[in-house]
Amino acid sequence: MSFDKTSATSQGGVAVDTQEAAAAAVTAVDPRLLVREQGLKGYVGEFKRKMKTGELGSIPVVIGLIVICVVFQSLNSNFLSAQNLSDITVTMVGTGMISVGIVFVLLLGEIDLSVGSVSGAASAIAAVLAVNQGWPEWLAVLAAVAAGAAIGAAHGFFFAVLGAPAFAVTLAGLLFWLGFMLKILGENGTINLDSEGLIGKLTTYFFTDVAAAYVLATVVVAVFFLSSFLGNRRREAAGVPSRPLSDTLLRTVLLAVVAFASAYMYNQYKGLPLATVIFLAFLIATDFLLRRTAYGRKIFALGGSVEASRRAGINVTAVRVSVFAISGGLAAVGGLFLASKIASANQSAGTGDLLMNAIAAAVIGGTSLFGGRGRTWNALLGVLVIVSIQYGLQLESIAEPVKYMITAAVLLTTVVIDSVTRKTQKTAGRA
Amino acid sequence: MSATPVLALRGVSKRFGAVQALTDVELEVHAGEVVALVGDNGAGKSTLVKTIAGVHPIDEGVIEWDGRSVQINRPHDAQALGIATVYQDLALCDNIDVVGNLFLGREVRKWGVLNEVEMERRSQELLRTLSIRIPSVRIPIASLSGGQRQTVAIARSMLGEPKLVILDEPTAALGVEQTAQVLDLVERLRERGHAVILISHNMADVKAVADKVAVLRLGRNNGVFEVKTTSQEEIISAITGATENAVTRRAARTTSTNGEVSK
Repeated sequence: MSFDKTSATSQGGVAVDTQEAAAAAVTAVDPRLLVREQGLKGYVGEFKRKMKTGELGSIPVVIGLIVICVVFQSLNSNFLSAQNLSDITVTMVGTGMISVGIVFVLLLGEIDLSVGSVSGAASAIAAVLAVNQGWPEWLAVLAAVAAGAAIGAAHGFFFAVLGAPAFAVTLAGLLFWLGFMLKILGENGTINLDSEGLIGKLTTYFFTDVAAAYVLATVVVAVFFLSSFLGNRRREAAGVPSRPLSDTLLRTVLLAVVAFASAYMYNQYKGLPLATVIFLAFLIATDFLLRRTAYGRKIFALGGSVEASRRAGINVTAVRVSVFAISGGLAAVGGLFLASKIASANQSAGTGDLLMNAIAAAVIGGTSLFGGRGRTWNALLGVLVIVSIQYGLQLESIAEPVKYMITAAVLLTTVVIDSVTRKTQKTAGRA
Repeated sequence: MSATPVLALRGVSKRFGAVQALTDVELEVHAGEVVALVGDNGAGKSTLVKTIAGVHPIDEGVIEWDGRSVQINRPHDAQALGIATVYQDLALCDNIDVVGNLFLGREVRKWGVLNEVEMERRSQELLRTLSIRIPSVRIPIASLSGGQRQTVAIARSMLGEPKLVILDEPTAALGVEQTAQVLDLVERLRERGHAVILISHNMADVKAVADKVAVLRLGRNNGVFEVKTTSQEEIISAITGATENAVTRRAARTTSTNGEVSK
């Protein structure tokens, strides 16, 4: 770990080393590239270093998931059955979509408390348009998502342009859009959706062909390998540090194991669920947006320092409004999945623990509450944890009150881990 | 030295609520010239820099760029003209790596996607030509020491090939070796024909690299001096206002009766 040594010397302010050392320092190995020593030994060393410096990332949540699986499987052998796992991954999509939007807002260091109500309002809008007004369902879906984005943009306007705290604006939004939903649902309070329609199919359609899941797994793994491989080739050609091939291979193999195991699992039950495919597509697209585009870079910059961003010529107001619009739009998408699951838009949509679960999922997955750190994949891991706990407790017929308390304990643990690791990172100079 | 200044401020004023931060300030900077901007705390140096950089638009007065009057209302306007600013408080994002910070707001893109490889290559090249020492261009700014952050901030200002570079107390947080490096860097900028505005409290630094010293006092001009022909004491008395005493007043009266008013 040559890098750590050089940084330690220069940070200590000790006579900054000789010219040669400096020249070597500039071209030191890219610390983002995890493997210094090749093979397993390198990974173990890297893991130890990360533990020490508090750079935990997704490690706690992955360990948590394994613990959850072991505990519930030992309590009830149905927990890891194909049916249960398939159900979990379909059910989680609604909350997961909302949680992805929350990741965007958290990256700014802000919060959006309205996403639950907005998701309910969006499902009501879609139902009213499709069922009561007789619009084609695809158009109703588009209108609902557009409405969600517009609602989010409105919240963003009050926050970014008028300067009201996002917390208060979205709290008002929470109430307003709940009232709006109840109003447009009318006297009955429930609008049943056509379970064979577009919205109904969102969570009930499965690609029954066994090949579908395997083809998707193959494509995902191949694209991952090719993009990392070609990326490394370009890095080598440009003379900047690149990952060793063994590292790329190891990652590809890990991904392949997960992908093909999932595909096998789905094929044991009804096949590849449409909902999961759409969720994956959203995750990949949003991850790309955040990490590979200038727009995503601006979001991270705002989470790091608003003043620095402004001075770098970033349009702070526009980015903020757009992030709230994304949050509202994704909340609407999530609302449609939740409505699809119960084949109706009703008065309880978007209420209860939905908002808390969506925020908890983002945080449990490793998104920092302090802004500037996080990935959309965090939402996937976090929502997996929350929904797994819910299903596991359901299998044990444990009542709702206990479910709330356990989810709360998990959330608190995660927030504490986030705060403690931040402290450790600060002392290790990596916050 | 060219006849038209790269940047000229004419009668610039700026208020913040009840505070008149700048009053009728004049300033000229030519290409290939280092102008040191000095003054006591609260003299308006940082405010003046921020008006030029577009952070605070001016209330009154004219900003001339290459001889024509321009409006600088946003940081973007200043950047577009070719003004790069390195702030005292650095203005870097702690959570983003060195490459990301260097290119923040002007990312290299290929089909709309960030071209990380190209940005990393250019970052390394830039840091090498400026002999800046940091462990890696891929660590977050939070991992760097204060001096390292300063050099990254200065390097960042060089990326856009600016015509005017503004350095706000660049050596304030640096050790001896790094201060020398920054001063070398300032001279290199001058040799390459950039105009430089250098804010500093350190008279030794000012004497070492500046061609002219512009003194601000309580938001107003308090003289512009040629560094070569002016003693350190004269500059300091202009900063502290010690020139305002019975002797100077008498001197001013006699010169004005002779019709010879000089700055």
